[in-house]
Amino acid sequence: MGVEIKIEHLTKSFGKALIWKDVSLTVPAGEISVMLGPSGTGKSVLLKTLIGLLKPDEGKVLIQGVDIASCPEKELYEIRKLFGVLFQDGAMFGSMNLYDNIAFPLREHTKKSESEIRNIVMEKMDLVGLLGAEDKLPGEISGGMRKRAGLARGLVLDPEILLFDEPDSGLDPVRTSFLNQLIIDLNTQIDATMLIVTHDVNTARTVPDNIGLLYHKHLAMFGPREMLLSSEEPVVRQFLNAQRVGPIGMSEEKDADELEAEKGQDLPPLPPIPLQQEPSSGIPRRAQREPGAWCRDNGVTPPPGSFAPNMSMAPGA
Amino acid sequence: MSSATADRLLAPIGTAGKLFAFGLDVGRSLFKRPFQTREFLQQAWFIASVTIMPTALVAIPFGAVIALQVGGLIKQFGAQSFTGSASVLAVVREAGPIATSLLIAGAGGSAIAADLGARKIREELDAMMVLGIDPIQRLVVPRVLACMLVAFFLNGLVSVVGVCGGYFFNVVLQDGTPGAYLASFTALAQLPDLYQGMAKAIVFGLIAAIVASYKGMNAGGGPKGVGDAVNESVVITFMLLFVVNFVMSALYFQLVPPKTG
Repeated sequence: MGVEIKIEHLTKSFGKALIWKDVSLTVPAGEISVMLGPSGTGKSVLLKTLIGLLKPDEGKVLIQGVDIASCPEKELYEIRKLFGVLFQDGAMFGSMNLYDNIAFPLREHTKKSESEIRNIVMEKMDLVGLLGAEDKLPGEISGGMRKRAGLARGLVLDPEILLFDEPDSGLDPVRTSFLNQLIIDLNTQIDATMLIVTHDVNTARTVPDNIGLLYHKHLAMFGPREMLLSSEEPVVRQFLNAQRVGPIGMSEEKDADELEAEKGQDLPPLPPIPLQQEPSSGIPRRAQREPGAWCRDNGVTPPPGSFAPNMSMAPGA
Repeated sequence: MSSATADRLLAPIGTAGKLFAFGLDVGRSLFKRPFQTREFLQQAWFIASVTIMPTALVAIPFGAVIALQVGGLIKQFGAQSFTGSASVLAVVREAGPIATSLLIAGAGGSAIAADLGARKIREELDAMMVLGIDPIQRLVVPRVLACMLVAFFLNGLVSVVGVCGGYFFNVVLQDGTPGAYLASFTALAQLPDLYQGMAKAIVFGLIAAIVASYKGMNAGGGPKGVGDAVNESVVITFMLLFVVNFVMSALYFQLVPPKTG
């Protein structure tokens, strides 16, 4: 059913460089969340902190009541079995073929027979569309295939939490779209809590139930998709609509002069909120909400044209 | 400002401490089961395959140089009958372990650092930890043990080849007599010489593998980071090995009385 991740007052710095400070949020169980942010705001660092690969300077990461940031190593290795993680380049073991890579967690952590393992591995490879590539080495396949293989490996232990580190980086728009559909379908099937780290605005606008935005060393906002997409907050609005006008500059923030020059400029109107991508089976996900529900409940008028079918996905297009 | 200077001065101590802590982690993981027999055998075979030939080729000139140097000196002293003992002292006690360590660090250690470094930047090590597997137990322990095993055998190889090389140069090129070489060989050499050579080789293998693994697992910053890690691991290992060699030699002379005869 998925497990909730509770992050409390997390602070992390490398040496003197502060990455982010006082990040608090709860990734709701069974829902899809996206963590956005300009390049270099420590999105991947946050992800690695969530699985205990990096220790935060302060704060807690609570999963089933266990604090990942301070628990002993033995407990950490136990709790990690709840996780499936898709790393940026798939992180396949270069010395093994895809089949052995995907079977690896099963062979290490379960006492299943080889024939049972074969069934599970084949099922997951079918799910990500990799049947027929079992004997290939990770070096012989494309980046997109490596990512899908990494996803298959993350799935074999039936994780409660799935983390995706930039699933769309280095993929063409069509493959990205297929991968996003796969993520949504997976959520329908296994109800795992999913957290996607990305800077792809299309993904963020159409896939998740919740969006978070990391900016300028802190968490600018975290909440339901419609809340952020209808938000007038300058940073959120600039980033989610991929605009140049706003507080974010080419390198980190804009300076006072640049902001002064923009002062008179009108912000472009908020583009309509697109419909959320549906599971391909047509059966709604458990965490899915009716389009416009949040806006209605909170008395927010969505931008004109929102939730219209067949709307263009690309912002500003 | 003063704290920045202090940070810079204390940084090497911090690194040394981390390396030592890593060594302790490896020691602790040594007893964790299941033992990775397959990985151990593969690594031992791999390290042996990259070190045996260069080691043999280094050992021959090593033995020959010692025979040439000592042969000339000993002739001036008029003690030609002791050339064999010079060979054993130099080759078995010192040259064997040192040549072994150079090869283990240069060929074996650099391969280990490059392999682990590449895995680190491809996030394979992270993936392994996330899958609930400790890379130290899984990858580092078999490599450390393999390095120690291969170093042990390489030391034997260097000793044999070095002594044979010395014999060849002394007898064939310097007009020494085979009888004198062999007789003096046993006059000064004793079994503990061989033991301490073996002990040194094992310790050198341990240090080389731990430094290489530590550097590899902490590589950062893309492909260049891996190159740097390999480079640093070889340099650090050399420095450490020469210091440790000195300490172990000094201890040996204190602990084991020289043979008189």
